[in-house]
Amino acid sequence: MMKKVIEGSMAVAEAVKVCRPHVISAYPITPQTHIVENLSQMVADGELKAEFINVESEFGAASVILGASVTGARAYSTTTAQGLLLMAEVLFNIAGLRLPVSITCANRSLSAPINIWNDHQDAMTVRDSGWIQLYAEDCQEVADMQIQAYKIGENPEISLPVMVNMDGFILTHAFEPVELIDQKIADEFLPPYKPEVYLTTKNPVTFGILAEPQYYMETRYRLQQAIEASKQVIEDVANEFKKVFGRYAGGLVDKYRLDGAKTAVVAMGSVVGTIREVVDELRGKGEKVGLLKIRAFRPFPKEVVYDALKGVDNIIIMEKALSLGFGGILLNETKAVFYGKEKQPRMSGFIAGLGGRDVPNKSIIKAVKKAESEMLEDSFVDLREELIGIGE
Amino acid sequence: MLKEIRIHGRGGQGVVTAAELFAQAAFEDGKYAQAFPSFGSERMGAPVQSFVRIADHKVTSRSQIYEPDYLIIQDNTLIGAIDVLSGLKPDGMVLVDTEMSPEELGLKTTAEVRTIPATKIALEIIGRAVQNTTLMGAFSGITGLISVEAIIKSVKERFLGEVGEKNALAIKKAYEIMRGGKRA
Repeated sequence: MMKKVIEGSMAVAEAVKVCRPHVISAYPITPQTHIVENLSQMVADGELKAEFINVESEFGAASVILGASVTGARAYSTTTAQGLLLMAEVLFNIAGLRLPVSITCANRSLSAPINIWNDHQDAMTVRDSGWIQLYAEDCQEVADMQIQAYKIGENPEISLPVMVNMDGFILTHAFEPVELIDQKIADEFLPPYKPEVYLTTKNPVTFGILAEPQYYMETRYRLQQAIEASKQVIEDVANEFKKVFGRYAGGLVDKYRLDGAKTAVVAMGSVVGTIREVVDELRGKGEKVGLLKIRAFRPFPKEVVYDALKGVDNIIIMEKALSLGFGGILLNETKAVFYGKEKQPRMSGFIAGLGGRDVPNKSIIKAVKKAESEMLEDSFVDLREELIGIGE
Repeated sequence: MLKEIRIHGRGGQGVVTAAELFAQAAFEDGKYAQAFPSFGSERMGAPVQSFVRIADHKVTSRSQIYEPDYLIIQDNTLIGAIDVLSGLKPDGMVLVDTEMSPEELGLKTTAEVRTIPATKIALEIIGRAVQNTTLMGAFSGITGLISVEAIIKSVKERFLGEVGEKNALAIKKAYEIMRGGKRA
């Protein structure tokens, strides 16, 4: 396998290529990532045999992969921010139809005000759509995750769409060493998609029919069962990936220096990388701090999260989105994990990096220190006092 | 070992490209490298920054660079307009594209100040006032952090044919000037 310094978007395009998608739909939102730009080049150059379909909107982009998938094709698209929201209606349909398509979401903030930079509000807003949501920390992980995504989603017991999340700009535009995946090894890992039922004139069936009250609830029940069952599949696929590729690319969560930790920081996405350095720095000073990276946000790995955090006294959740009117989403999910348990660690929530605000090491250290002396809920990191007229 | 470089310039001057090429060259040299832009809504002429981290181990931080070891100023009209020296390590180095000497430039820093007329060299050799690759050559000559061979290789891979060859000549010239410690 060849390792080279490439852009995060290119790493994704290369990973998508070895997944051999039949159909790629694209609507180039401004600013677009280079993902579909690279894929369209690969198709034009004959390197990738796929139908590349330019559409009129993200609603169209999502509809095209839905339509392609019901015919038994492996389908891919990518979007970001407002584009993801425009897809929202179709996203729910894709999950309801149990179609294992995949999209990469370059996570960016939502308007208004207009802001094209990174946070997690876009993907978080569609968290209840029935899609499996995975969040990557670096460019290698997002490439590996993209291949795992089809393997997870296409498992006949699961049959669900998978959204691979990578931080907009921070990862999409970063250049760093990435091990590119060899087509032959990818083929060994990811066999062709062969659904049991699909649209064909030889055996006409209907997808997406009306389900009256006597049927609808059961479809939602099965959907919930399937996404819960995907927890095990995500772990299994991670192990299988390791067997085939020789490196472990991660399952539901990643634990870092949690052994003997008194304080744990919980986060998702690229900020995890910065937190790793902070953990090393604090550990170097003898402070018992560890890190829990959430890779799978949906399904939310309650059991694994509890197991990883049950030994600590102090939990700090740092996240790049919030549920307006309630607060930090990851904070409240983590709190729910501890409901009814005997041990109740203290939990503090920090909202950081909204709209591309940089999250420097020192801001993370400051948050950790603050949470050591008091419990904080929805504390905004690095708020500019002069703009709001109050203290943090 | 971890060295951090911040590059300042204006949209259209290849500030982001320089960072990417530095990362590719450092990796070619067997080091770990990470490069990323400042993510502004870049447009021609607007101040732009890019960042490079070079290390002998994997770098996981995604934070911007606030205390660089090295600064490269591609456009000297930025000096005074924005605080380009912000956070530069006291024992660091700043490389400026200018025909002035470091003394004439008079930057307020304890860090080493080096200057090279990169735009002039680029105009002479490449035929365009795009100074990014020339400054890369100068950087290699001063610091030795990234080999000039690796820089030339990464530049030639990006810019094929005659453009790549001309850039390589400009890189080489700037490298020789700075390695000798003499100003052009």
